[in-house]
Amino acid sequence: MIKIYDLIILGAGPAGITASVYAARKKMDFLVISTDIGGQAARSGDIENYTGYQFVTGPELAIKFEEHMTSFGININMPEKIIEIRNENNLIKTITEKNEYLSKTLIIATGKRPRELNVNGEKEYKNKGVTYCATCDGPIFSNKDVAIIGGGNSALDASLQMMNISPKVHIINITSDLTGDPVMIEKVTDAENVIIHNNSEVKNIYGDIFVNSIEIKKNGNIEKIKVEGVLVEIGLMPNSEFAGFLKKNKHEEIIVDCFNKTSIEGVFAAGDVTNVPEKQIIIAAGEGSKALLGAFKYLSTHKF
Amino acid sequence: MDIKVYSTPTCPYCIRVKEFISSKGFSYNDIDVSSNPEAAQEMVKASGQMGVPVIMIDQEVIIGFDREKITSLLDS
Repeated sequence: MIKIYDLIILGAGPAGITASVYAARKKMDFLVISTDIGGQAARSGDIENYTGYQFVTGPELAIKFEEHMTSFGININMPEKIIEIRNENNLIKTITEKNEYLSKTLIIATGKRPRELNVNGEKEYKNKGVTYCATCDGPIFSNKDVAIIGGGNSALDASLQMMNISPKVHIINITSDLTGDPVMIEKVTDAENVIIHNNSEVKNIYGDIFVNSIEIKKNGNIEKIKVEGVLVEIGLMPNSEFAGFLKKNKHEEIIVDCFNKTSIEGVFAAGDVTNVPEKQIIIAAGEGSKALLGAFKYLSTHKF
Repeated sequence: MDIKVYSTPTCPYCIRVKEFISSKGFSYNDIDVSSNPEAAQEMVKASGQMGVPVIMIDQEVIIGFDREKITSLLDS
């Protein structure tokens, strides 16, 4: 017979890890399922606003989180992708690519991931010229022409990085103007090797083994640009696809109340995957603890 | 055991993969592809892709911070 956990926590970023530490201290019978540890925090650069640390890098903070978690001997199934969650009698069923689990309560803390373009060639050339982490992979495109997709601060950040190492940097911006920090906009506008394509969107990504060009639609006209790198910086999207039975807002974020309750009894959510305003590490961590305390109270006041 | 890590200084997963290998008690040769275009090409050729980190353990190529695979190769 399938084991019934008191709690399952989905995700191991700041929200999921904090929930797990609280759950361990309450000696709950629980399991964490995640694709990685640290979530977006682990991919952050310098962090200077997490209380207790005047300065810490994302990877360092992620290592600290992991140490805190493992000091309690917490069970974590990883890497394991969640496919679906649903109600089953009075319980919650979590279906992953590897297994099925049952629990009395669930905390969803699966965070966000980089938004994709959804154009032809994107999937095929992922990591073969297409990247969603300019900070990580940017240097590999030194001496190669690149396209940076987006018009906000992340795209500008990537452009500033790449304009020093690439012969030509194309910024493909869907709106009529760049929308980031004015100082950054000035720098990219002044750079001789940066070409800004406003009112433009990517339509196709082409290549052989690796990317060799993109097709854009600029002011209604189709244009082909030769590039070997496509650096996508168009924001984030919540990892909430598996939670079809929960209420979400138009951004696909799971709607929670101030007790982290979702639209389904016993299911809580925390951190960037929710509609809570301001996506910050410290907020995600706080929300994770709130969600756990909510789940704990729910367990103690319900019969199963 | 010959361990190489192709990385960039700005890549968070590179830092973590290096920390992970060290924590298992192994040393590695850190190759910064941002300052070494030839090594970058070597990495692309060996892994068939353009993302970091790439880890080579005795000719076995691992793409990304894949704990399971790294652990199984280090333990073997």
